[in-house]
Amino acid sequence: MPNTEPCLDIQGLVKDLGPVAALDGKMVRVIDGVHLRAFPGQVTALLGANGAGKTTTLECAQGLTRPNGGTVRLLGQDPYEAGAGLRSRVGVMLQEGGLPQAIRPIPLLRHVAGMYRSPRDVDALINRLGIDNFGNTPVRRLSGGQKQRVALAAALVGDPEVLFLDEPSAGLDPQSRAVVFDLIQELRTEGLGIILTTHLMDDAQRLADYVFIIDAGKTVAHGTVAELTKATDESSGVERLLTFDARPGLDLAGLPGLSVHETVPGRYTLAGNLIPADLAALAKFWEEQDIMPTAIHMAPRSLEDVFLDISGKGLR
Amino acid sequence: MNAPASLARRVLLQGRYETMTMLRNGEQLLIAVILPLMALVGLTITPLLDEFTDSRIDMAAPGVLALCAVSTGLTGQGIATGFDRRYGVLRFLSTTPLGQSGLILGKVIAVLSVLAIQVVVIGAAALLLGWSPEPGGILPAAVQLILGAGAFTSLGLLIAGTARPEATLAITNLLWVLLAAAGGLLFPAASWPDVYEPAAQLLPSSALGDALRSALMDAEFNLTASIVLLAWTVLAGLAAIRWFKWS
Repeated sequence: MPNTEPCLDIQGLVKDLGPVAALDGKMVRVIDGVHLRAFPGQVTALLGANGAGKTTTLECAQGLTRPNGGTVRLLGQDPYEAGAGLRSRVGVMLQEGGLPQAIRPIPLLRHVAGMYRSPRDVDALINRLGIDNFGNTPVRRLSGGQKQRVALAAALVGDPEVLFLDEPSAGLDPQSRAVVFDLIQELRTEGLGIILTTHLMDDAQRLADYVFIIDAGKTVAHGTVAELTKATDESSGVERLLTFDARPGLDLAGLPGLSVHETVPGRYTLAGNLIPADLAALAKFWEEQDIMPTAIHMAPRSLEDVFLDISGKGLR
Repeated sequence: MNAPASLARRVLLQGRYETMTMLRNGEQLLIAVILPLMALVGLTITPLLDEFTDSRIDMAAPGVLALCAVSTGLTGQGIATGFDRRYGVLRFLSTTPLGQSGLILGKVIAVLSVLAIQVVVIGAAALLLGWSPEPGGILPAAVQLILGAGAFTSLGLLIAGTARPEATLAITNLLWVLLAAAGGLLFPAASWPDVYEPAAQLLPSSALGDALRSALMDAEFNLTASIVLLAWTVLAGLAAIRWFKWS
């Protein structure tokens, strides 16, 4: 962790939502123990399944809703009580964008820029995000990726110190994704504290300096991507995941000592602290069974594996 | 470190933005200006008001001005706010320096701006049709019209903040028609059957219509109607603050 003050510090967050009619009007505790620290010049990712509590955590951090317990400090202030001064230093991109549908992107960005004493150069921002190509088309006629880019520009127009991005890659085509990801890297270099949510491991692995895994309203693990994907047992090296494709329904009983699973018909996986002898045993098994796999792949344990280990593989 | 623009600048910007959004929207313009103009002409060339007055236009004009407050406050702001809420616009703007209070003040400015335009258009058309308002009633009428706009805007926001936008659209349009036809806006509640009349006089629409007619036809300050109107403004405002959901 860098030796600076966190730009966002959340401790023991509790939030109840409701009342929920389906539960006889009871409140539901959707957040119960989220801890989170984010620093300037870093991308901090909140990783979790849909419904884990990521968006509600962000709403508490942005001062949109009052927590039922715990503390939230954004740039050293309580965001729910703070006024326009704090809001002028923070940019927010909401999950659905939060854009008026009838207005055109360029007038909208100029309008939002007017709320700040020293906004970013709107033309440069429009140019940087390629908004000039559709800057005079009403928002309701834009594609998902175009809307996301406008929403990102609206979050950045106030030249914030802290940037919140709720599911920034949702609905992005590959081109928009490249533009948005490049800009996020650039903003990090400029020293912004960037807090984003995602349910995509790939996003977190590509963008994040530090990851908080949220599950069922709690922070269940946190660390750098490297720390989280490291073997649980330090001495035994890096955990690996090996997959191979072959004909479905192989009799795996002939593989003593190796726990190979057929995850989907015809795809087999083997995870653990693999050593060369394991590969030799596997190759011998293939030779005996007269199997030539159509594909073989081996890689260090991914963030996805860590996430599935922690949050359980069951569907919610 | 960035800082917000001044509160006045933020609120005026938002007010101008909301005003332009309302004026650019075809359906809003229809219900804010075109339909009230049609009502004004209709009440002047047909004998509908003849049982109450010798001068159709003098009774029609105050009622149509009351209708304008319902168009802009209840229907216009109700629908616009309902859809802004659906698309997360209210939440996004709450995170900018504008904030929730700036958003509401912006709406107040937008309602007053559109109302001013309506008064100019309807007033000019009524004068062309021979309207001669009582000069002594103009100031009280202006105050009561603003009070009425406050009551109907609060009601519009209450509906927009609790119902789905499609429901808000249906409810506020239906209310506009019902209040225009039988809510005491265009026709005095005194004309309704005895069982209905006392209840009708407690409606905000009837109170606003009666207050404007008393002021502009007879230069009288209608205290009862003003109290009813004030009560609606306060209660609807408190209800909107209590139950409005931002997301």
